[in-house]
Amino acid sequence: MKRFAFFELIVAFRFMREGLMQTLLIILGVGLGGGVIVFMSALLSGLQANVVRRTLNYQAPIRILPPDQVARPLRAVEGAEIAAQVQPRSQRLRSIDQWQKIRDQIERTPDVVAVTPVVAGPGFALRGDASKSVTITGIEPESYFRVIALDEKIVAGRHDIGPLDIVIGTELAKDLGANVGDKFRLATAVGANATLTVIGLFDFGNKGANERNVYVALRSAQNLLDLVGGASAIEVKVRDPFAAETIAQTIRGGTDLQVESWIVTNAQFFTAMRAQILTNTLIRLFVGLTVALGIASVLVVSVIQKQKEIGILRAMGASRGQVLRVFLIQGGAVALAGSVLGSALAWTFLLAWRELARNPDGTLMFIVEIEPSLFAIAMVTATLVGILAAATPARRAARLDPVVAIRS
Amino acid sequence: MHKSYGVGTPVELEVLHGIDLVLERGEFTALVGPSGSGKTTLLNLIGLLDRPNAGRLFIEGQETGGLGEEDITRLRGRSIGFVFQYHYLLPAFTALENVMMPILAARGRPDDEMRATAATLLDRVGLTPWRDSKATEISGGQQQRVAIARALAMNPALVLADEPSGNLDTASADGVFDVLREINETSRTTFLIVTHDPRLAQRCDRIVELVDGRIVSDRPNAHVLRSSSG
Ligand SMILES: Nc1ncnc2c1ncn2[C@@H]1O[C@H](COP(=O)(O)OP(=O)(O)OP(=O)(O)O)[C@@H](O)[C@H]1O
Ligand SMILES: [Mg+2]
Repeated sequence: MKRFAFFELIVAFRFMREGLMQTLLIILGVGLGGGVIVFMSALLSGLQANVVRRTLNYQAPIRILPPDQVARPLRAVEGAEIAAQVQPRSQRLRSIDQWQKIRDQIERTPDVVAVTPVVAGPGFALRGDASKSVTITGIEPESYFRVIALDEKIVAGRHDIGPLDIVIGTELAKDLGANVGDKFRLATAVGANATLTVIGLFDFGNKGANERNVYVALRSAQNLLDLVGGASAIEVKVRDPFAAETIAQTIRGGTDLQVESWIVTNAQFFTAMRAQILTNTLIRLFVGLTVALGIASVLVVSVIQKQKEIGILRAMGASRGQVLRVFLIQGGAVALAGSVLGSALAWTFLLAWRELARNPDGTLMFIVEIEPSLFAIAMVTATLVGILAAATPARRAARLDPVVAIRS
Repeated sequence: MHKSYGVGTPVELEVLHGIDLVLERGEFTALVGPSGSGKTTLLNLIGLLDRPNAGRLFIEGQETGGLGEEDITRLRGRSIGFVFQYHYLLPAFTALENVMMPILAARGRPDDEMRATAATLLDRVGLTPWRDSKATEISGGQQQRVAIARALAMNPALVLADEPSGNLDTASADGVFDVLREINETSRTTFLIVTHDPRLAQRCDRIVELVDGRIVSDRPNAHVLRSSSG
């Protein structure tokens, strides 16, 4: 018996070289299709990673709030919610009872990386004629920065927030015409106000957050929002952000606190993402199917063209298995070559995308990571698909009756 | 052996009606007969390309009816060489590679020994200068001689030739026939050759005549016997 399929390899490659034009065209076809698939895969995972990263820039994976009364306490994100935030006076901020104890408890929960108390509520930034509604977040800088890397997002000034300091976003700074070192007044609905010095500007890469979020010392916020000694929320960072909901459920168990994971609060985003994954997957599936059919049809034609040669190979002692493998190898080889070409194309597209896909202000829309493993997966998958696509024509070739093949 | 086509269909047709034939080792036999008499059908049966509907076939003493597809293929590759009216060389390969092909199919991996065997065979059919030419770059007579060398690659006991010179002009046909005869005489390879050319048939040791699927005559060729003994 034969140790290795040299005979099959030799015949397969000669056949492919013989029909060079056919071979090159199908490799090109596989390459284009494969390129689209690889490009879309990279884009999708890049998009996902970027949105996730950006959301988690300014939002903790888990947020713990006092037990629900009527209205839900507010989060410091979307514009639409801000309008609601400033409306009813009745919506008084409440503190979490014994928040220190709860914080220490949560800190001991498995998979929790960092915990920090905050006081967050609505306010107005007033400077000259400008008046902007903002979300005030009072923080304990040391623990807060472990949950939200605000310190790393500072683009001007400092982040060591003292009692009379405030850190604001680049957008708000523009709106107020304030810069590092400038002062402005922060007022709240409870009638308190303070004049604070801008010590730093941050950029979360999100216009809403840059416009609305302001950070002051925990004690300053407690005074401004009439919540002395309290914490309106506890923010929690977990090891795997996608496990946040499970961990939130663990924390929720046994308390009447509201425990929100970013997965639930961003349900809309996750729904949109799921829809996008679905369409993207469908497109990739159909492109893949088209490519496979292309390989199959080229091989079907090749089998018909080479009937007599197959017949003579069989007559001279080549087995059915050998003939089968000759064509399976062709399918796999064409697909492998095509996927190499496709990976190169996708790589080029991705590099071009990095350069071209920019926001109106010239900043990069998002960075697509180019993962070598994606290309490896593409090549292995393509080869398998090619072999699979070749199965039908190859079986047809193997079943050819040499007598019929030679006579016809 | 009996052979019918279209078994189980309304157009079932028995083509061979009880063929009884023994080919001795080293014999050089012509198979003659009118068109449609069943010569090719008989060759396909003997060559294990097809199976009889009734009767038995022995190759080198081995009964072949009970063999499975794999064993038949292996036995065919090892014991039988084919030369058809058309050469059926693989155009993607050189003359030498075409001759190597049956050995490569049997052993799976190319080596110097099979290359040397193929080169020797090409030399015997007088094609050494063309060994590296593509199969499509040589003349019809040369192509047929490559096909003969290929049929001999596995050193088969039996070579079946179906009108091997049918497509060639008289000079090339004679050349091809000379090669077959020469190989038969030096290697004692058994030959069964279908031919329509009475002149070529007369150069064989034995002439079997087939008419309507029956052997109507089977005689040694006196002329050849005389010349080879003299
Ligand atoms: N696959 C087939 N199906 C049906 N009938 C067939 C088949 N092959 C051959 N026949 C018929 O069998 C008979 C014998 O054919 P065969 O090819 O063996 O004749 P032949 O002696 O080789 O003729 P020729 O000298 O023309 O080559 C013919 O009548 C032919 O039509
Ligand atoms: Mg015939």
